[in-house]
Amino acid sequence: MFGDYSLGDLGAIFAMQGFAGLILFSVYVLMALGLAIIFGQMGVINMAHGEFMILGAYVTYLCSGFFQSNLPALFPGYFFVAMVLAFLAAGALGMLVEWALIRHLYKRPLDTLLATWGLSLILQQAYRSIFGAREVGVELPSWLIGSVQVTDAIEIPINGMFVMAVTVLITVAVALLLFASRWGRQVRAVMQNRVMAGAVGIDTDRVDRATFGIGCGIAGIAGAAFTMIGSTGPTSGQLYIVDTFLIVVFGGAASLLGTIASAFSISQTQSTLEFFLSGSTAKVLTLLGVVAILMLRPQGLFTLKVRR
Amino acid sequence: MLQTVPAAAPPLAPAAAPLLSVSDLHAAYGQSEVLHGIDLSVAPGEIVALMGRNGMGKSTFMKTLMGIVPARAGRIRVGETDVTALKTYRRVAAGLAYVPQGRMIFSAMTVQENIETGLTVTGASKVPGDLYEMFPVLLEMKGRRGGNLSGGQQQQLAIARALASRPQVLLLDEPTEGIQPSIIREMGRTLKRIRDERGLSIVVSEQVLSFALDIADRVLVIENGSIVHEDARADIDEAKVARFLSV
Repeated sequence: MFGDYSLGDLGAIFAMQGFAGLILFSVYVLMALGLAIIFGQMGVINMAHGEFMILGAYVTYLCSGFFQSNLPALFPGYFFVAMVLAFLAAGALGMLVEWALIRHLYKRPLDTLLATWGLSLILQQAYRSIFGAREVGVELPSWLIGSVQVTDAIEIPINGMFVMAVTVLITVAVALLLFASRWGRQVRAVMQNRVMAGAVGIDTDRVDRATFGIGCGIAGIAGAAFTMIGSTGPTSGQLYIVDTFLIVVFGGAASLLGTIASAFSISQTQSTLEFFLSGSTAKVLTLLGVVAILMLRPQGLFTLKVRR
Repeated sequence: MLQTVPAAAPPLAPAAAPLLSVSDLHAAYGQSEVLHGIDLSVAPGEIVALMGRNGMGKSTFMKTLMGIVPARAGRIRVGETDVTALKTYRRVAAGLAYVPQGRMIFSAMTVQENIETGLTVTGASKVPGDLYEMFPVLLEMKGRRGGNLSGGQQQQLAIARALASRPQVLLLDEPTEGIQPSIIREMGRTLKRIRDERGLSIVVSEQVLSFALDIADRVLVIENGSIVHEDARADIDEAKVARFLSV
């Protein structure tokens, strides 16, 4: 499949596809971070995580419309406002859902799967009723449009670099929150032993709600980033949820580093193969690779070595 | 449940107003009742040992005190506070602290972080120095993951974590299980020192009679979910207690 290209062409193709993969990687990481901390702490698999992401995307869409018609002078900076609002909206919805639905089902993990799947259908229909079935696109401010010409054959889009910068920032912030804050310490304690965490004085219910909110909020930011690489429709989130699960499992549950490494390898494989083969063949090959590696390392890429 | 229980010896009246008082406590797993009306008063600064064989209800009693197993009937008070209906973390705030069977430290967290989880109800952010003074080995290992400590060190960590919440009553569930004899003796000394320095009451469940006799002011025997024997240490009938413990 490489035969038709010269060596220089191949280099450029790999560089550009690699970069396109990095944008996909950013969305994956943001999605997987939220999913991983929610799953790690509460054992809840949030099937509606993609819909929380799309909520963030719609918030970004509304934001861009609002700034365009009401505050055109501030339009270049609207994306930052949109990200904050996307986080808040998805986070608030997440906390509401945890309070109304999830907390009643903690002892029935299979039911949370069904309940959150139902929630995802409800949210999809709600988006369809509110925003219409047509996909919507977001107007980007001019400074995010265009690309940097690195060599004759390699161009790097500016919005991609921006999305990556945001992802790095959020990932560092989440790592700091988890490993250096009081909340993070409580989350990790609850993750490891819920009963004992209560018995040392941690209010596990409150920690659960905050964690669910933050996990969903990060998905909202992923949605804001997503508007740059795809158009937003009611069912766009569904396409990402399976890949995100794959990443969480492949990375090893409850390992931040593993999640990042697995998002990177999966998105790069996918993106590079996509150029040479069809999209679905690329997917098949990626999945086969993941299955093979998981058969050799069922615990995922990264695990902690401690006595239990 | 069908078993008839021999009448308990008349309870010894604690000298001061009790710090922990339990009255007619019943607890059950689903339909099968495990505790059939436990009464217990623990005076400030008193160490009470709860003896009994496996499956007699020691751990269930501890878990019911902490609210991990719900009480079906009865009352639990810590000082003036009725904690019977409170959630576990609120009981910790009310003055109970718990060192569970098997220690249950957070194995992937460092020693220091483990102790810090105990600070949640006090609002403090730094581990008080006196805890490290009491357990110098923990200071030495504060950056290590809890899961990589030895059993005895993990036990010290679990006690330090419990003490970090500044409790009035410390509950220990089989602290000697799986720990070598020399460390058991040292643990006895530590527990007495904790009592003397902090004036808190300690309830410890045990199967090892020598350890209980070493530290306790009062020994209770629990059998099939009821307290069947009670002795102050001064006039304990060792042979009789030993008979309850033999299989």
